[in-house]
Amino acid sequence: MSDRTIDRVAQATPVRVARKIRGLSDRAIAWIFISPTIFLLLAINIFPLIWTIQLSFTNYKANRIGREVKDVGLRNYERILTDTDTWLNMQATAHFLFWTIFFQVLIGFTLAWLINKKFKGNDLWTTIIVLPMMLSPAVVGNFWKFLYQPQIGLFNYIVSWFTGKEPSSFEMLGSVTLAPWAIVIVDTWMWTPFVMLICLAGLRSIPDYIYEAAEIDRASKLRQFFTITIPMVLPFLMLAVLFRGIENFKMFDLVVQLTGGGPGSVTELTSINLKREAFEKWRTGYASAYAIILFVTVFGLASIYVKALNKVKQR
Amino acid sequence: MTYFKLASASAMVLAATTLSTRANAEDLTLCWAAWDPANALVELSKEFEAESGHTMNFEFVPWPNFADRMLNELNSGGKLCDLLIGDSQWIGGGAENGHYVKLNDFFDAEGISMDDFAPATVYAYSTWPKGTPNYYALPAMGDANGWFYRKDWFEDPEIQAAYKDATGQDLREPQSQKELLQIAQFFQGREIDGKTVYGAAIFTERGSEGITMGVTGALYPWGFKYENTPGSYDMEGAVNSPEAVEALEFYKEFYETATPPGYTNSYMGESLDAFKSGQVAMAMNWFAFFPGLYADPNTGGDKIDFFVNPPQNQPGSTLGGQGISVVSYSDKQDAALEYIKWFAQPEVQAKWWELGGYSAHNSVLEDPGFVDSQPFAGDFLEAMAGVQDFWQEPAYAELLLAMQKRIHDYVVADQGTAQEALDLLIEDWTEVFEDEGKL
Repeated sequence: MSDRTIDRVAQATPVRVARKIRGLSDRAIAWIFISPTIFLLLAINIFPLIWTIQLSFTNYKANRIGREVKDVGLRNYERILTDTDTWLNMQATAHFLFWTIFFQVLIGFTLAWLINKKFKGNDLWTTIIVLPMMLSPAVVGNFWKFLYQPQIGLFNYIVSWFTGKEPSSFEMLGSVTLAPWAIVIVDTWMWTPFVMLICLAGLRSIPDYIYEAAEIDRASKLRQFFTITIPMVLPFLMLAVLFRGIENFKMFDLVVQLTGGGPGSVTELTSINLKREAFEKWRTGYASAYAIILFVTVFGLASIYVKALNKVKQR
Repeated sequence: MTYFKLASASAMVLAATTLSTRANAEDLTLCWAAWDPANALVELSKEFEAESGHTMNFEFVPWPNFADRMLNELNSGGKLCDLLIGDSQWIGGGAENGHYVKLNDFFDAEGISMDDFAPATVYAYSTWPKGTPNYYALPAMGDANGWFYRKDWFEDPEIQAAYKDATGQDLREPQSQKELLQIAQFFQGREIDGKTVYGAAIFTERGSEGITMGVTGALYPWGFKYENTPGSYDMEGAVNSPEAVEALEFYKEFYETATPPGYTNSYMGESLDAFKSGQVAMAMNWFAFFPGLYADPNTGGDKIDFFVNPPQNQPGSTLGGQGISVVSYSDKQDAALEYIKWFAQPEVQAKWWELGGYSAHNSVLEDPGFVDSQPFAGDFLEAMAGVQDFWQEPAYAELLLAMQKRIHDYVVADQGTAQEALDLLIEDWTEVFEDEGKL
C-alpha cells in the first residue's frame, strides 16, 4: 500500500475510532485479529472435545433422546479396555499401519530416487505415478474389489501367471490370512506417490555442491548415499511417515469399500469399529470413550514422534 | 346476458375449486429402499396423485445403506420423509422413540381394520409392544426369504441321471435343509454347457444384515428360539441350544462347500447377479425379487422355478417385508394419512399385487385365483405361514450388529466353534438388554 493510500485510510477513519485504536497496544490489536480464529477453534474443536469427554462417562444414546442419561463413571473405559475385540481391532490397525508405512516409504523413496535421476520422459513418469493418489478412495476401493475378484479379477490372474496356481483357488478379500494384506496392497498403491513426492522434494533440496565435494574427496556412491542423501532426506521422510501414520490410523473409506471390516473382523480397523458403535449401534457414550482412547493414543504417539523429528532436524 | 351470468358463475366455481384444491395439495415424500417393488409403488401411486391432487416424491435408498440413512433421518427428527416404509425391526424404536405416528385413532375413524390383513404381517409390521393392538404402521409389503433354482438344469435328463448316480435320489425341489445342501454340493464345480457352475448363492454380507438374514433361514427350521419364554429375555439354552448349534454348523458347511468362490460378503444384489449370470443352480433371496427374476429374459420364464425355505425339524422362513408409517416429524401428516387410507383399499391392494408388490391384504391373499396368479404365489403364502422375525426391540441395531459379527466371525472367518459363537452372542445380547434395563 502506498503512503498516499495509508494517509487516505487514516483520514477516512472516524475520529472516535481512530482515537480508540491509537490507545490500543500491539498485543491488543493482535488479539483482535486472532480472536475470530480462536473462537472458531473453540467452537469446532475444543467444545466438541470437552463434550465428548463428558459423554464418555455416561450411557447416552443419541438416538434415544427421551431416555434418562446416567453417569456410569469409568465403566465405558473399563469395558473397552477389557474387551478382547478392542485389542483385535487395535492389532488389525497396527498391522495395517506398520506395513503400509513400511512399503510406502520403501517404494516411495526408491521411486523418488529414480525419478530424481535426469532421464527422458521423467515428467511423464512422475505424472503417471501420482495418478492413484488423485482418485477418490471410494473409487479405488470398488476398482480393487473387482481386481481381487477370484473368478474374473485381474490380480488373481497375474498371481496365477507367476505361480501357476488356479486364479479362483485363493481369495484376497475373503481369506482371513490374505485380507489384511489385500488392504495393505491397495493403500500402498494409492499413497506411495504421496511419499514419493515428499521424498522427491527432499532429494531436490540437497545442493549439488555437497555431492561435488564428496566426489572430490573420492567418496563412493554408496557412501554418498548413506552419508549425504539419507540424512538430508530423513526429515522429509519422517514428515511423510507422520502424515501417513495419522491418516492411516483413521483409515475408513478404502477398507470399508474393500472388505467392510471382514472377513469376520480381521480387517475391522479401530475407525470402522468406532463408526459402528457411534452411528450404527448408537452407543454414543461408549463410542465417546472409544474416541477419547484413540485420541490419546494418536496424540501421545504423534507428540513423541514430533519430538524425534525436531531432534533429527536440529542435527 | 343469462349466458354471460352462467359463464361467469361457472368460471368462479371452477376458479374456487382449483384454488381450494391447490391450497390443500401437498408434495409428499415417501421413503423406501431402492428395489423392484419400489418401482411398482411409483407406478401405483400415480393413481393416488390423480385422485387426491397431491404430488408424490420418492426417496429410495439402496439396501446396504437403507437402515443407516433412514435411521439417521429419524433420529435427527428430519422432515425428509412424510411416509416411511421401514423395516419390520424398526417398529419398536419407531414407536418408543416417537418417530412414528400411532395409527389407532386414524384406523378407527376411517374404518380400516387390521383384521383385513394377514395376522403374521400385522403382528410383525404394525404392532408395538408386540402383539398388542397398538398400531404404528399399515402392512405394506409382505415378504420372506425364499429360494429359486434353474428349472432347466433340474429337468435335464443327464443331470438328473448324474444326481441319481451320486446320491441315489431323484433331483427335485428340496424337501429339507439337508437335501438342499446335498443338491447344492452336487452342482458345486460341475461343468454345465461348457461352464463351471456352483451350488447356491446364500447371504454372507457383514456390514448390514445379510448374514443374519441368511443364517436364520437355517436356524428357524432347526427350531431356533430367541428366548425360552417370550418377553423374558432368558436366552441361555434357547439361542445356544443344540439345534441352533447344529443349524449354524450346517450354514457354515453350506458356505464352505456349496457357494461360488469369493462369496464372502454377499447379499441380495450378489445373489441376483450370481443367478442371472448362470453361475449358480440355486439362490436364496427375498420374494420381492421373484417377479423380476421370473421376467428375466435370460434366466427367467421356463428356466426358473421357486420354492419355500425347506423345513428341517419344523417349517421356518425368515421374515422380510415392511409396514408403511407416517413420520411424526412431517408437517404433512394429514396428506400422508390420506395416502395410507387410499393404500388400504382392497382394489388398490389388488393392483399392488398385480404390479409386483406383495399385498398383505386378505382380500388379495384369500382370493381363489391368488395361488395361480404367479408361479411363486403359492410358495409366498406357505412361507408367510411360517415366518419368524429378528428381535424388534428399540435396541435392534445393536442386537443385529452383534449377531452379524459373531456369525461372520464363525462362518466366513472360521474363528472358533458354533457353540462359542452362540455363547458369545448371548453375552453381547445380555449386555444390550442390561443397558436397556430389561435384565
